[in-house]
Amino acid sequence: MSIKPPVEDFATDWDHTDPAWVANPYPIWDELREKCPVAHTDRYGGGWFPSTYELVSAVANDTDNFTSHTVVIGNGRPGEDAPPAPIGVAPPISSDPPFHHIARRLILPAFSPGVVNTIEPFVREYCGKLLDNVSAQEIVNGGSDYAQYIPVAVIRQMLGFPEKDEDLFREIVHIVMEGIDEPDMDKRIAAFEPIRIYMEEQLQDHIDHPRDDLTSYLLNAEIAGTKLLPEHIFGTILLVLVAGIDTTWSGIASSLYHLATNPKDLERLVNEPELMPLAIEEFLRFYSPVTMARLVKEDFDFNGCPMKKDDWLLLGFPAANRDPKAFPDADKFIIDRQINRHVAFGLGIHRCAGSNLARMEMRVAIEEFIKRYPKFELTDADVVTWSQGQVRGARHLPLRILS
Amino acid sequence: MKVVINADACTGQGRCFGIAPELFDFDDLGNGVVKGDGKVTPELVEKARLAEANCPEHAISIEE
Repeated sequence: MSIKPPVEDFATDWDHTDPAWVANPYPIWDELREKCPVAHTDRYGGGWFPSTYELVSAVANDTDNFTSHTVVIGNGRPGEDAPPAPIGVAPPISSDPPFHHIARRLILPAFSPGVVNTIEPFVREYCGKLLDNVSAQEIVNGGSDYAQYIPVAVIRQMLGFPEKDEDLFREIVHIVMEGIDEPDMDKRIAAFEPIRIYMEEQLQDHIDHPRDDLTSYLLNAEIAGTKLLPEHIFGTILLVLVAGIDTTWSGIASSLYHLATNPKDLERLVNEPELMPLAIEEFLRFYSPVTMARLVKEDFDFNGCPMKKDDWLLLGFPAANRDPKAFPDADKFIIDRQINRHVAFGLGIHRCAGSNLARMEMRVAIEEFIKRYPKFELTDADVVTWSQGQVRGARHLPLRILS
Repeated sequence: MKVVINADACTGQGRCFGIAPELFDFDDLGNGVVKGDGKVTPELVEKARLAEANCPEHAISIEE
């Protein structure tokens, strides 16, 4: 990983991997909203960061001027070898209209609320097993003992991949999401090679032994009477792996962090379980894990900013969700907030396809945890770590179980 | 009073049928649909207003 100079002025030199941003981005975003709603950086070859709800919404809904071709910021730009728009490397997240609509329609039924309901018992049982495994411990790591395992198990089961490969899934997510600072494209491609080989093995196994899972569904799916291209199937599976794992893991872990540091909220949630749906939406707003990126399609002026073709646009849904113009007491966590038009799952045509699944996993994971442990606290506030990059969540989260 | 969903604006955020399952359902793609004729009985007025106020896509409206 390259060593980068620390940021002194986030308005003109922002970096979402800067230690100050990673540790506590909220005061930075508050200042940007006041000073200049759209911050700029020359890092990563140039990019912009709108910090208000209004501007984040405007970008999310503007597929004419912004492409989703690459949604994770890196030092490079999509090379000539990269699959072109409108399909992109991981459809439909990397796709633009009109292809986007087709690719998205294809996968939405697999993540519909009806399907998600059928998965809930599996998640509940799995959470119970994880808690059984740590039942003798006085200190439970909410991240590495609990949250991180839950979405991995869910996604693995949905794809129909072997249970023994769950560690490998976490490795894949790590390579894709946290390897963004590797400037050498050849090295990034080399790091990706084992993933490609593994996925081809899994696809072949599903071709030889079709079964009732998402992988076989994609292999059999057709667009206008034609089977999907291999790179489409590969890309969609990669999307499900990457978008479905550390996002939800972050959502669960950050929620546990909140409850560990706010005993009154924990007590209310234990005593008033009917608050859970409102609490989940507030966890999603207050600790939104996911930030997406866009690329500027052609030179144009956005809100007075002279954007150039191929500039990055960092789409900060978490910043939008803390905008005081959109939410009264935006910097306060209100567990029974009634009106909460948060955009944690994005907005517009790219609304997170797995949002119903993520919500269910968060709800079940928290319900099971607080049922088992109605009282817990951080062992030490200073040791909590947060992930860097475009997915934010508590990672190292040692919790002392109280009786 | 009745609730209406603008199908062009709905992206399947799922808030309406979460808040007011008496008034909203979902289709195969997870998009929101209005149940029946959308008529809101007095005891569901508050839920209808909350569904409208929580839709991130501003896809729900209430016709008085």
